[in-house]
Amino acid sequence: MDGETAITGFLAVYLFLLAAFTGYEVIARVPAILHTPLMSGSNFIHGIVVVGALYALLHASSVPEQAIGFLGVLFGAANAAGGYVVTVRMLRMFHSGKAAKPPRSSS
Amino acid sequence: MELLLQSCDLATAFLLIYGLRRMSSPATASSGIALAGIGMLIVTLASFLYAFGVKGEARPHLPVNLLLAGIALFVGTGWAWWRGGRVPLTAMPQMVALYNGMGGAAAAAISAIELLVHPDVGNVRLGIAIAGGFIGSFSFSGSLIAWAKLEGKLPKPWRPRFLQIGNGLVLLVAVASATAMPALLPNSQLLTLFFVFSLAFGALITLPIGGADMPVVISLCNACTGMAVGFEGFVLNHPALMIAGTVVGAAGSLLTLLMARAMNRSLGNILFSNFGETGREET
Repeated sequence: MDGETAITGFLAVYLFLLAAFTGYEVIARVPAILHTPLMSGSNFIHGIVVVGALYALLHASSVPEQAIGFLGVLFGAANAAGGYVVTVRMLRMFHSGKAAKPPRSSS
Repeated sequence: MELLLQSCDLATAFLLIYGLRRMSSPATASSGIALAGIGMLIVTLASFLYAFGVKGEARPHLPVNLLLAGIALFVGTGWAWWRGGRVPLTAMPQMVALYNGMGGAAAAAISAIELLVHPDVGNVRLGIAIAGGFIGSFSFSGSLIAWAKLEGKLPKPWRPRFLQIGNGLVLLVAVASATAMPALLPNSQLLTLFFVFSLAFGALITLPIGGADMPVVISLCNACTGMAVGFEGFVLNHPALMIAGTVVGAAGSLLTLLMARAMNRSLGNILFSNFGETGREET
């Protein structure tokens, strides 16, 4: 990306700082049972790397670039989709384990 | 067009952070992942708008690139969706490791392209790209080893003598090739050397660690991938990538420490001691 929206120099450092604090605060008081689903959820969120890989692939102008970019998009997409499916399944299990316990024991 | 792209990025950054926030409480967790999923969908579709901004040398390649992007997206998403939906619930941790490793590989791929094509962006951005490439490769091979261990494909922790010294040497080569880069860069041999040794370092660090400690290692690799994605965001000047990557990097690091604490061990103890839980596989 280019133009006046470029984030460089100290602005980038500020962004880094604030984002890091945000990540810290979001996780800070989480119960231990949620550790694994949260790991999976954050695994999904860094699947956004697929966007960067798409950017690189669409701007590729030689065969090595295209090959590496293709692999990048492939892996990034797998990261995002897989992270989503796994997280949803974990949370569903977590939910049913908590809410649907009485019906399960009666059946 | 630029405005639309920027708004999609902004909306996604908000949705991802808000989704992660909701995921950190049991009652709202399901809606959190749904929100984050919507954000991811928006940003992925919006990134095809980059096609309108492609100029110069890459212009004639655009149709092929678009086709490649479509195939890669389709295959990657389809495979992961299919695989992630069928895997037994007990095998979830290694699937997280596998997908996480792929994210690391994607970050390393972006770094490789940037180092291959734009080695003249200035030392700061070059340094960030190199750091992202190193962390991404480290996370890729480390996660793959973690996955293989939990799958039971590597039954015994591999602990030869002098492993620590070997690790040190491998790290030294990786760092040396990284420091040589700014001077020598349009140089594919050097790049290959750097990536091979970065990958080797990740594998060698993870190999001696026993299966019982793997969740902490996976979480650490997760944090590393987040950091690598954040770094690549700074290289590509892409705010959504910067924010999401850095947030995951920080959250993942904290989560790693919390998990290690829950096991009553320090992170250094898990990573560098060879006397922990051995080879008790949970397949």
